[in-house]
Order: sequence, then C-alpha cells, then structure tokens
Amino acid sequence: MPEPPADTLTDRQIAGEAAAEGLPVDAGFEVAIAAAEAGTEGVAKKRLGFGAWLSIAWLVLLLLVMALAPVLPIESPRARVNGLAFQQPLCNAADCVAGHPLGGDAIGRDMLSRLIYGARNSLFIAGMATVIGFLVGGFLGLVAGYYRGRTESVVVGLLDVMLSIPALILALSLATFLQDRIQDIVGSSETAGRLTLTFALGIVAIPTVGRITRANTLVWSQREFVTAARAQGAKNFRIMFREVLPNVVPAMAAIALLALGVLIIAEAALSILGAGITPPAPTWGNIITEGFDYLTNGRAPHIVFEASAIIFFTVLAANYLGDAVRERFDVREARL
Amino acid sequence: MSPKRRKAQLDADERFPSAPLDGPLLEVDGIKTHFKTPRGLVRAVDGVSFSLERGRTLGVVGESGSGKTVLSRSIMGLLPKKNVVREGSVRFENREVGQLPPQEMRHIWGSQMAMVFQDPMTSLNPVMRVGKQITESLLYHLDISRTYANELAVALLESVGIPEPARRMREYPHQLSGGMRQRVMIAIALACGPKLLFADEPTTALDVTVQAQILDLLQSQQRERFMAMILVTHDLGVVAGRADEIAVMYAGKIVERAPTKVLFTEMRMPYTEALLQSIPKLSDKSHTRLRVIGGRPPQLINPPTGCRFAPRCPYVQDKCRTEEPPLMPAETPGHEFRCWFPVGTPEGKAALERNRQAGIAPAAEDVAGNGKTATTAAAPSETA
Repeated sequence: MPEPPADTLTDRQIAGEAAAEGLPVDAGFEVAIAAAEAGTEGVAKKRLGFGAWLSIAWLVLLLLVMALAPVLPIESPRARVNGLAFQQPLCNAADCVAGHPLGGDAIGRDMLSRLIYGARNSLFIAGMATVIGFLVGGFLGLVAGYYRGRTESVVVGLLDVMLSIPALILALSLATFLQDRIQDIVGSSETAGRLTLTFALGIVAIPTVGRITRANTLVWSQREFVTAARAQGAKNFRIMFREVLPNVVPAMAAIALLALGVLIIAEAALSILGAGITPPAPTWGNIITEGFDYLTNGRAPHIVFEASAIIFFTVLAANYLGDAVRERFDVREARL
Repeated sequence: MSPKRRKAQLDADERFPSAPLDGPLLEVDGIKTHFKTPRGLVRAVDGVSFSLERGRTLGVVGESGSGKTVLSRSIMGLLPKKNVVREGSVRFENREVGQLPPQEMRHIWGSQMAMVFQDPMTSLNPVMRVGKQITESLLYHLDISRTYANELAVALLESVGIPEPARRMREYPHQLSGGMRQRVMIAIALACGPKLLFADEPTTALDVTVQAQILDLLQSQQRERFMAMILVTHDLGVVAGRADEIAVMYAGKIVERAPTKVLFTEMRMPYTEALLQSIPKLSDKSHTRLRVIGGRPPQLINPPTGCRFAPRCPYVQDKCRTEEPPLMPAETPGHEFRCWFPVGTPEGKAALERNRQAGIAPAAEDVAGNGKTATTAAAPSETA
C-alpha cells in the first residue's frame, strides 16, 4: 500500500504539536501537569473568609480611631461632664446628657473617649511588647536552633529560667523594678508607665516566642536545602535569615498574634494590680479597675462590661486573623 | 552558552585564580571519614584514593551504607565538624583543600565544586521562589547586577530544559513536578560554572521515565561545560553508559576501579560480579528468581578482619577471612581490584570449584548460579 502506516502519522502529529508550542518533545508530561495546574488554579487559591475580613475591619477601625482620637468630636478622657456620672449607655431618658453613646463613668467622664484613649495605651503597650518578644525571642531561638551546641544550651537555659517564674509575677516585679528608673529618664508619668509595661511584658513574651522559633528552626535546619545552600557557598547568617527564617516565620507569626491577645489581657491585669500606668490616665485595664466596685454593687456594670467587650473582640480578632493569614500565605506543600 | 555566561565564568576565575590546566583536577588520597557514635566509631569511608581528570566522569557504585554519599560529602567538606574524624588529603587543582576551614571552602563551594542532591523535594527551599534560589549564589559568587543575574537564571533554566523559564522563575518549588525540581537543582548547581559536579544519586527520588532525561541532561551539560563529574549511584545501569570510569565501593572502601568498558568485560572482584548478576535480565523467563547477594553489608563499627566481602562471597577461602587484600593492579592499566581469588582467573575458578565440592555455602550461595534459593531474605532493592 502507498499509504503510510497510521501510527507513524500520529507520532509525527504529536511531535508537530509539541514543536508548535515551542516545547521539547520529551517534556510532554510536564506540559500535562502545567495544563492540570491551570485548570485548578481557581480552586487552589484560598481566600480570606468573612470572619477574617470582619477581624480586619475591627482592627482597622480601632487603629483609625486611635490615630484620629485628638480630632474626633469627643470629650477629653479626663474631663468631667456635669450629670454624666453613672449614665447608662444608649440612654434615651429626658435627664440624660446627650452625645455620650457609651455612657459615663463614676465621676462623669465620657466612656467612649476613655476607651479610645485607653486603646492608645493598651494597644501600644501590647503591640510593642509583642514586637520586642518577636524580635528578641525570634533571634535567640533562631541562633539556638541553628548553631546547636553550647549556644543552644545557654539560650535554652536562659529561656527555661524565665519560663519557670510565673509570668504575672515576673511581669509585676519587672514593672516595679523598671518603673522608677524609667521615670527618672523620661519624666512624664504616663510615658514612663507605657514604657515600663512595654518592656516588662516584652521580656515576658521572649521565652514563648523563643521556644517556638527554636523548635521550628531545629526541624528546618535539618532539611537538605540547608546543606544545598551551604554547598553553594552561603554563609551561616545568610542561611539562617534567608533560608531558614522564612520557613519559621509562619509559626512565629501565629504565636506572636496569640501573644498579642494574651499581652492585652496581661496589661489589663497589671493595671488592675496597680503596676504601670497610674489611674487618671486611661488604659483598658484601668477602666476595669475603676469600674470594679460599681459592677459588684450593681450601680454601673457597663463600665466593666464595655472595656471587657472591647478587649474580648480585639483579642478574638487578632487570633482569628493570625490563623487566617497563616493559612492564606502558606506557600508550602500543604496547599497542594 | 552565551557570551554573557562565559564572561561570568571569567569573573569567577579572577576571584579564584585557577592552577594551570595540567595534572588531574581532583586527587583524593587515603581519605577516611569516621563518625563517633555512642556504640563506637563508624568507619563510613575507610581509606579511599582516586584521581579525576578534567571533563571526565567517575561513577561511584555501591549498595546502601557502602559510604558513597559520605565519600562525596567528605570530599566537598560538607560534613559537620562535630563527632566526625576526617583524615587524608583532597587536592583540587593541585591545592590541598581537605582541611580548609568552611570560611575558605565557601569560595570553592558553588563556584568550583557543586552538588546535585538526591531528593529534589527537600533540597529546594519551599518558601523561596525558584528564580531567587538560582540568583542567590550567582549574586554571591559573581560580581554582577541583579538584572543580569536574573537574565542568567532564565538562560540557565532554559538550558536545563525547563519550558517557559521566565514564568517558572516566579514559581515556588511545590508548583513544579519532581523532574522539574531536579532540573532546577541542576541549574542551581551549574549556576556559577563549577569545574567539578557531584551528583549524589540524582535520580533515586524520581520516576523511572524521568530518570533517563535527567541523566542525559547531566551528561550533555557536563560535555558542554567540560566539567568533571562524580556520579554516585546504587545502580550499575545508570553509570554503564555515562561514566568514563567506575569505582565500586563496599563497606567504605573501593573494591574495584576500572574504565567502564573494562569493568564490565574483565571484572575481577566477586562483589562487582554479584552486583551485575543481580540486575534482572529481560531475556530471562518469567518467574525467574531474582538473584540477590545474600547477607547484609558488614557493620562499619567492627568490620570483619580480612576481606570485608568474605562473609558473602562465593569464592571465599580461608585466606580471605584473615588477610585483607590490597588494591592490586590488573592487566589493563587503570584497573585495580581487591581480591585474593579474582573472578575470571585460574585461582578464582579453583576457589569456586573447591567451595562447590566442599559444599561450603556462603551467605551468597545462589550468586554462584547453582539455582538454590537464597538463604537470607535480602531485599532485591538492597542488592542493585
């Protein structure tokens, strides 16, 4: 027969198609994978859910209000308004002072204003303390986990000593120790209180972040790509910060966002115990302390409830967002 | 490659002036690597010597635990300092590099010697884009701009057969298939134009259909760049057509070394013979029992006195159990082996005959081909 055999024709066609796409013929299976990938792209990409967006909205709102506090149409947090004392939130009665939606505290100060200015203190302290814990703890954990040996023993020993002291007692003693010294340097008592709490809580956060970082660094340092980087001539610091750290950061970030929540509460606890920022200046903790008597005697429970609710939503948002962000930006195999 | 690449190579040479182009590229002399463990000293590599010319390929073959991987990492100096005893000399371009501290080795790693690792799944950083992983070492070793490094990386990816290299640059390792990842690993290793490439079982973790592609790629790149290569594998079939010379390792020592053709035609060491016989043949009838090397590789903490293969050897004689054979030269130049009763010689035949008549059954009796079942349950995968 003059006709060419059918299978020769097909082979030629396949080769022609591959060539037309500008690909080597033997890369056929890779083309197939690329095609499969393209097909599932929409499915594979995770989106931030409703809850995450709600958390973002809440935190953004808080930050905005904090930043804009001086220009917002609210009273000063220290100004007493006539007749506002013990006013319930959303009061519609005739004898209510208008324009104070969250009511007033025991001596007639606007609750909304105190909560906003309180946020400026509380969130600044918790945020900066988290940053201190993240940086110092992260660095110590990374070095310990990467270098091993004596470095590790010293660092782990140090972290264990810090962990062996109950966190609240450690923070309390650090705060009382630091208070006067910082006061001498900065002068202003509110700033001194802020810095004191920031450092005290930051130090308390170090061992938690440090341990998590070390544990993860240990695992990732054993991976072959670390040896591969060494075999390409990379230096220890380069490997630590460029190769290992990016793998450890998701775990660090998750624990740091958890820590942020715990530290907001810890700051409140320290304020309740009288360490740190002293009363006329508002923090969420101070507000709760001051409202405590009126919660137990039932005259104005809203003082404690409002501050607690705000702490609750902020901590919840931070934790929720922490999880969501970790899931969304995890580029590792787990996503496949 | 492009003139750009060649320029990059020139830059590298300036930073690390190379010796004149005579003499072997790599000379390894009596290298020993011992690990201190709670149970004793593990002699993973126990006195290995060889030399390698520029542009040549040495295949290192041996079963699991024979010290092939440790050998390649010892030569490169990649093993941890702790609990490792390392002796012997490694001369690279007539320069002793065996005892150099890591700070010095860094200028050799990547730009002079590079390594392709066994498992491309774990040897790429999962959170770094492919392009960045390649440009990292380019930027470190060569004094070039970021844009230029990116161009080089795209060219490299193209040269290792990755379609759409510019797109792949921005992808993460998990978006690539196993074969593609190994291609990326090769691109990273080749990035700074090394003179010596270690390929440590580069195809073990890959699908069989991809293995040949990767090996062909390594071979073509090696020829193109006139680079020396040490191809470590447990598969004689892998090195058969690709290495100029083959070294067979057993229990931390080279037991036979010969140019590839000579090794397959005039093998002298019973271990090499056993390895070759354990490869299944397509011409065999179905349900033919696979031939295995009975027993296990010896413990490297207290290796047997005498020949280390003696307990599993069908040719074994009393002398083998007491005296360790040295590396003896064979008729063909460049062919050496360690055996008192070599395969294919009258002494060897006599020894095998004696064993058969005396009914001595070494662990590896079926290797001799008398058709009996294996006495131990060595998995076929261990023997190849």
